[in-house]
Amino acid sequence: MLDLEAALTQGTLGLINGAFYAMLSLGLAVIFGLLNIVNFAHGALYMLGAFVAWGLLTFLGLGYFPALILAPLIVGAIGILLERTVLKPLYKLDHLYGLLATFGVALILEGVLRNEFGVSGMPYAVPPDLRGVVDLGYMFLPRYRGWVVLVSLLVCLGTWYMIEKTRLGAYLRAATENPALVQAFGINVPVMITLTYGFGVALAGLSGVLAAPIYSVNPNMGSSLIIVVFAVVVIGGMGSILGSIITGFALGFIEGMTKVVYPEASTTVVFIIMAIVLLIKPAGLFGRA
Amino acid sequence: MAKVMLEVAGLEAWYGESHILHGVSLEVREGEVVTMLGRNGAGKTTTMKSIMGMVGKRTGSIKYQGTETIGLGSNKIARLGIAICPEERGIFSSLNVEENLLLPPVVQAGGLSVERIFTLFPNLKERLKSQGTKLSGGEQQMLAIARILRTGARLLLLDEPTEGLAPVIIQQIGATIRALKEEGFTILLVEQNFRFASTVADRHYVMEHGKIVDMIPNDRIDAEMDKLHEYLGV
Ligand SMILES: Nc1ncnc2c1ncn2[C@@H]1O[C@H](COP(=O)(O)OP(=O)(O)O)[C@@H](O)[C@H]1O
Ligand SMILES: [Mg+2]
Repeated sequence: MLDLEAALTQGTLGLINGAFYAMLSLGLAVIFGLLNIVNFAHGALYMLGAFVAWGLLTFLGLGYFPALILAPLIVGAIGILLERTVLKPLYKLDHLYGLLATFGVALILEGVLRNEFGVSGMPYAVPPDLRGVVDLGYMFLPRYRGWVVLVSLLVCLGTWYMIEKTRLGAYLRAATENPALVQAFGINVPVMITLTYGFGVALAGLSGVLAAPIYSVNPNMGSSLIIVVFAVVVIGGMGSILGSIITGFALGFIEGMTKVVYPEASTTVVFIIMAIVLLIKPAGLFGRA
Repeated sequence: MAKVMLEVAGLEAWYGESHILHGVSLEVREGEVVTMLGRNGAGKTTTMKSIMGMVGKRTGSIKYQGTETIGLGSNKIARLGIAICPEERGIFSSLNVEENLLLPPVVQAGGLSVERIFTLFPNLKERLKSQGTKLSGGEQQMLAIARILRTGARLLLLDEPTEGLAPVIIQQIGATIRALKEEGFTILLVEQNFRFASTVADRHYVMEHGKIVDMIPNDRIDAEMDKLHEYLGV
């Protein structure tokens, strides 16, 4: 007999993972849309966001809320530097080069931080204002986890709105289709590409800060997560904004439910769904073929 | 005589290794409508793209209102006041009609207001929320012209705006071009159909194998008909 309350509880907790899937796959989608690059450095930059938050606290005494603003800015700036130096020369070549280059960047970042800090991980305390639990009726949800879902929802919807409903977003969508023509209308497309990469990467940095109090800060936190995130991207459809948000949250929820229904499958359910989606709709649930 | 708006001299252009333009020279004066006629593959589109800065490798001289633009990127050239309506129209499928219309940023004062644009192209007003590429071919062409009228650009490059359209739509586009001339726009127009060209233009350049080989004022077009037939192979 299926315990509905337990399933709902696990589903809700799964939404927290889903929040990270959504934000990370959203960044990947934004980057892939305009740059046509599969950003394999995404997980490492998420990890870097957590490290920056930890560093801000440890070395500068800056707490969680300043880090929530500063760490994405710092990671975004690093992303901009990366785009200018490593990615820019690769646009004329096959996609594979961008993928390999960003994969290399990820290995370097993770390797360096592993050497410095080891793999055991450093704790990052939940900010005092966000401690405690809230009663949802069917479960007690740690307030910090609720906060993560809320922030992620706001950031995802804000990004969606910006891309689909604003003038800036129209430039972005148009440049995704025909960059040469957008440039010939007077827009500096290369700058737009740089800033877009910076923004996508900043989303990863923000996710890293949000993650720090939940999963401790360690150099491998990105590489384990990013594999699931790539599955999410494949399921949602490469480059689809709304698709990555919905798929991210939905898969987190499904993963959580699976823990109750069939615990053995909880870590593989995402990949099973991916395989099914690839068979039925290879462009992804929200992708344009 | 009106002042020279666009002056192209000794323009050469390449796509990768293939050398396409071999010394194109032409000029367009303020307020003129000038066409480039020529067979398929003569280099008309490449000339338009070179003027707009959209061809990677180009040499020679392209002056717009006296400013040398040969070394400028296309976004800088656009900001000087040149706008292109490309041969393939370039309507964006991920943008609706309104977004397509408002996409090109205003580069100078003096562009047409959106209301004025709707009096020229009433169809567009009813389709604002439709996906750009859901419009008919004629409507897409209208949209591609309409969106560059807002920006304040004074020189319009129209690349085969009548290509593949029904006669009644072609007439409408002819009327639009004459209206734009009345508004004071300067227009460089690529055409295959010289009968249409003769209804809108002041002068015609003939292009062959990447070079301008002749210039025919519109009032001489009847007298030069035999020569034109030969150039265009009709
Ligand atoms: N992107 C391109 N790459 C390589 N060659 C091209 C490209 N576009 C056009 N060409 C070649 O350049 C020549 C001139 O083409 P184009 O300027 O489009 O001619 P037109 O507009 O007069 O029909 C043709 O031989 C065409 O095959
Ligand atoms: Mg052409």
